Amino acid sequence: MIGKSLVSINDYTKDEYLKILDLAAKYEKQPKQTILQGYVVATLFYEPSTRTRLSFESAVNQLGGKIIGFSDTGTTSVTKGETLRDTIKIVSNYSDLIVIRHPLEGSARFASEVASVPVVNAGDGANQHPTQTLLDMYSIRKTQGTLDGLNIFMVGDLKYGRTVHSLLMAMSQFKTTFHFISPEELKMPDKYKQHLNDLGLKYHEHKDFTDIISEADILYMTRVQKERFSDPIEYEKVKNVYILKNHMLENTKDSLKVLHPFPRVNEITEDVDENTKAYYFTQALNGVYTRQAIVTSILDLN
Amino acid sequence: MKDRKQLSVSAIKDGTVIDHIPVKSLFKVIAILGLDHIENMMTFGTNLESKKLGLKGIMKLSEVFFKEEDLNRIALVAPDAKVNIIRDYEVVEKRLVEIPEKVEGIVKCVNPVCITNNEDIRTKFELVSRNPVGLKCHYCEKITDANNMVIISSS
Ligand SMILES: [Zn+2]
Repeated sequence: MIGKSLVSINDYTKDEYLKILDLAAKYEKQPKQTILQGYVVATLFYEPSTRTRLSFESAVNQLGGKIIGFSDTGTTSVTKGETLRDTIKIVSNYSDLIVIRHPLEGSARFASEVASVPVVNAGDGANQHPTQTLLDMYSIRKTQGTLDGLNIFMVGDLKYGRTVHSLLMAMSQFKTTFHFISPEELKMPDKYKQHLNDLGLKYHEHKDFTDIISEADILYMTRVQKERFSDPIEYEKVKNVYILKNHMLENTKDSLKVLHPFPRVNEITEDVDENTKAYYFTQALNGVYTRQAIVTSILDLN
Repeated sequence: MKDRKQLSVSAIKDGTVIDHIPVKSLFKVIAILGLDHIENMMTFGTNLESKKLGLKGIMKLSEVFFKEEDLNRIALVAPDAKVNIIRDYEVVEKRLVEIPEKVEGIVKCVNPVCITNNEDIRTKFELVSRNPVGLKCHYCEKITDANNMVIISSS
């Protein structure tokens, strides 16, 4: 992965994932270092995503690196019509690595071809967000002690949710059993189910969010958004079905952890936050260590 | 000889004859091969009767020869096309076309929020299925299939 851009979760092999996760564990033990001293990382955020940007910037700052970039295209030459190509070429001269978030799909792949430095995709529209997947995997491995043979339940919007698709692709390399809980309109697309069939992996689909979660090792919650429904009545019918409440965790495994990619709206009630099975705040923190591992691996500093 | 008879309509001395083009693809083939930019003598026929296609298109291109990889690009819109290479009024070579594994700069990505539809970028696809045709965008990773394939005319 040295010098290699990270655009899609499929760009890295299983071994490379595991190396990143091992390194992230090291950074968790010692997140403040000077290993990035003298390095400049550009964070180019063409759309606001405060959490992701702060996570990257915290990761780099804690290792002694410097950040340049923008978080709002309203104040830059981008609004004057500068092409992505030109911006990337210019920023390549100023930095050792570029982190890009862009609303257009494929923008990060294109940036990685134009840039003379490695590029890390921090989200290109609905397409890919590989650092989220790696931090999800880190959180799963850390809490379960393994990535193999787990029961992963995905809940909510499984049709449009890019985080669940990427996580499915990555975890399909680890003998995972998947359970999909979603409204009819937001079911897991066939191409992902076909992928699991091809690998001989089991999956189960459910419409009701009930005590079937008693077998879960990981409960991965996502938001069901109103704008995804063609029929607003359908949304009204299901909007309260895919909400996790504290009492629903009563008969679940002691080792169960609840994950969520954030931001949360109402799909996990606040009484869950105090439950030891709630892991989503720590999951967000794990993003810092995972991104430290990614940036330093690509720059070959470990 | 069958080929003789067919070619006698407007025989060419040297060049390329492309037969069995679906009628709706004739102009796409012209665009893919960039024929609108060359000055050779060319004959295009369309809505001709064909046992196989019902109606078909045909083109006879005088003094025009293609590299195999260039010809293969027309397989995207004319998978059953038959190509005859003519030298001195004789068919010296017959070819079928085959969709290449990598398709660059011919097809528009179906995804409106793909970077290639918003900035001046040469499209790139990987062939993921032959029949029906499925092309995976190198950038946005979405599939463009035969039903929504738009050809970018060369210029
Ligand atoms: Zn595309």
